Amino acid sequence: MNPLVLNEELSQLSLLVVYGAMAVFTLAFLVSGYHLSQAASSKTKTGNLRLETKTGSLLVLERVSLALSILGTLILAAGVIMRGIAAARVPWANLYEYSITGALILMMIYLVSVRSKEVRIMATFVVGFVLLVLGTAVSVFYVQVASLMPALQSYWLVIHVMVALLATGFFSLAAALSLAYLLKTANWVQNAKTKGTENFKAIMEIFPSKETLERLAYRFNISGFILWSFTLIAGAIWAERAWHRYWGWDTKEVWTFIIWALYAGYLHANATRGWTGKRAVWLGLIGFGAVVFNFTIVNMFFKGLHVYSGL
Amino acid sequence: MSSSQLYESPDIGLTGWARWIWRQLTSMRTALLLLLLLAAASVPGSIYPQRSADPNGVALYFREDQQLAQVLDFFQLFDVYTSIWFSAIYILLFTSLVGCVLPRTKVHYDALKAEPVQTPTNLARMPVYQNEKSPEGIDPVEAGKKILETQRYRVVRRGDSVSAEKGYIRETANLIYHFSLVGVLIAVGIGGGLSFSGQRVLAEGETFVNNLAGFDSLSPGTFFDPERLAPISVTLDKFEVDYDFLNETNIGAPLDFRATVTVRTPTDDQGQTSLVRVNEPLDATGASVYLTGHGYAPEITIRDANGDISYSGASIFLPQDGNLTSIGIIKVPDNLPEQIGVVAFFYPSAIELTSGAYTSIFPGVIDPLISMNVYTGDLGLDSGIPLNVYALDTDRLNQVAGRGTDNPAVEIRLGETADLPDGLGTVTFDGIKRFASLDIAYNPGQVWVLIFAMLSLAGIIVSLTTPRRRIWVKQVGASFEVAGLSRRDDPRLEEVVRELTERIKKEN
Repeated sequence: MNPLVLNEELSQLSLLVVYGAMAVFTLAFLVSGYHLSQAASSKTKTGNLRLETKTGSLLVLERVSLALSILGTLILAAGVIMRGIAAARVPWANLYEYSITGALILMMIYLVSVRSKEVRIMATFVVGFVLLVLGTAVSVFYVQVASLMPALQSYWLVIHVMVALLATGFFSLAAALSLAYLLKTANWVQNAKTKGTENFKAIMEIFPSKETLERLAYRFNISGFILWSFTLIAGAIWAERAWHRYWGWDTKEVWTFIIWALYAGYLHANATRGWTGKRAVWLGLIGFGAVVFNFTIVNMFFKGLHVYSGL
Repeated sequence: MSSSQLYESPDIGLTGWARWIWRQLTSMRTALLLLLLLAAASVPGSIYPQRSADPNGVALYFREDQQLAQVLDFFQLFDVYTSIWFSAIYILLFTSLVGCVLPRTKVHYDALKAEPVQTPTNLARMPVYQNEKSPEGIDPVEAGKKILETQRYRVVRRGDSVSAEKGYIRETANLIYHFSLVGVLIAVGIGGGLSFSGQRVLAEGETFVNNLAGFDSLSPGTFFDPERLAPISVTLDKFEVDYDFLNETNIGAPLDFRATVTVRTPTDDQGQTSLVRVNEPLDATGASVYLTGHGYAPEITIRDANGDISYSGASIFLPQDGNLTSIGIIKVPDNLPEQIGVVAFFYPSAIELTSGAYTSIFPGVIDPLISMNVYTGDLGLDSGIPLNVYALDTDRLNQVAGRGTDNPAVEIRLGETADLPDGLGTVTFDGIKRFASLDIAYNPGQVWVLIFAMLSLAGIIVSLTTPRRRIWVKQVGASFEVAGLSRRDDPRLEEVVRELTERIKKEN
């Protein structure tokens, strides 16, 4: 066996690179937010003589925001890879690594889907969420590189966790679309009375129609659900090898099951009369709430075999 | 209005009520609510300790607040997943599922045998619709029919139109998905009933025989037959641990656990020697052997004042922290003037704190030390009540060495011998062995659980990604119409209709 060599200096450097990615994402967030507000005001001021130049500058803003997102993702990828090299293994064995790799995967899924204009407009939501994840990761979750405990030394760590990360990425995008749906259809937005809410309504009007948002969220959610089902099965196969039983209602197993049942409910709702639309969208968001709960609260505070936050 | 009228008015009879209840239960809405209820009902099991996963946690609840624990226990909150209410939800859910899926199977079977539906009169009302001038000299409907046939549509021509449908596998796969879930449930139930798992702690050199008496603890399934235990014995030859010495921030972290075991069967007396690691259990016939824990088993000998041995052997010391400070209990009921009990602390790499107490600073053996508190009196071994070998009830004993007595705790290093107080005898620290906690488990259902789970996964993938699509081509005077309709989400419907129209136009 080759001796294990951990490289904490490289890990610190990786942390700096992640900070760099966050700086670029912050710019992307601001530019895409500015783009939304400009697009909203150009829409309300129809008849403006300078409409054409305005559309041109809107296009530039959108492109700059996209370019910054791509740049941030490339920098983040470098940071994640450096962390993996520093730890001499896959960079997703504790909560910090899981968060930065998860953020990277979410950005990658977003950038792959970005050719669709309905998805592109979600930049502010997605980049904002990624910033939140990375911010929590560097400030709360960071741990020094450490060796893998024997229970985690398995190729299932690569498969099971990678698929869970992918599932989470799809669920996150669906959640962004669902949130947009709820904001667009909310009563206080529809019957906007104050200046502030009217401006907000104008911004939400740039977003795709509620039918489109709902349909796109559904597509991302079914991808997430399939991947999550696989995560659950792969986890059970691994659990049989590591813990002598494929299922034991460990806290993390319980929450994996709860998430599965909630999204199964979401799929059902989409095929049930009277439950499509707003109710189904809410169910999808509740499912996503359980995903977030599972990776934060359950990881850090619940007792169980499965708690690998490293904190 | 008299009461008899009240009872008479909704006269649908018993079968009517039964039918009404059945229809409610098998409705999509009920299934959805039961599914969400199941998710909600799972939550308490992650908040309260469960007897199946964490019996010590349950015991702690009872110690800390007995009344609260009794109330929680009354509502089966320590056994959520086998509780009446949890079972009721999933049984209702699966009944609803079967009641919904069976009629759907019949409907789908009929649809598989039937021809595609009649062409709607007004195709322009379909979600995707195109109207084009017919190309010269060909029949656009016949051309469309040929193209659709090559695209594996089920096609029927009726008069001036063709009706095509594909994606029947969407419903087939969806039904397979649901039936596989039932399969998972049945396999879990039967497998669980026939399964067993037993735990055994072995010090290096010890052997365990796979029968009921061989286990420290056993959780058999309801239909488990002890006769079916595989007649094997397992010897722990050696247990090795690699610790990280190299990386400053990671020193002491375990890198690898290796248990070398020999498995013997009645026909193979020599046995097979193999390695068991945390993620690599040993799959023997009829059972698998898993490595679930480890610790130290120091070898200690106690002699009486004459030098005759009254106790000797390796005893299991339970680890208390990451650096393997461990506590062991030694009970010597015979061969001494009085019964003695010892609570011993083992430090594999001991250092003395300023308070005078010891602690271990590394989990490997660098500077081992044993420190003993000694008690005399009735150990209660003759009372007939089974006692925990890992605990000593010190309340009724008289402490003769250790903190709070005149004599200091008996401290010995490896190879040393020390006197016990009051001329009781001597104690020798002979050597250090390691122990491994092994789990021996057998579940004939798990392979079926896996098969049904994979089948359900395949079913849901196909069902969610294949659209059920209907296409019509119709001739109207000198032009032709193409229309498409999909059940549920179909991102490619528009493209499919457009492509078909283009191909018909280019037919000549």
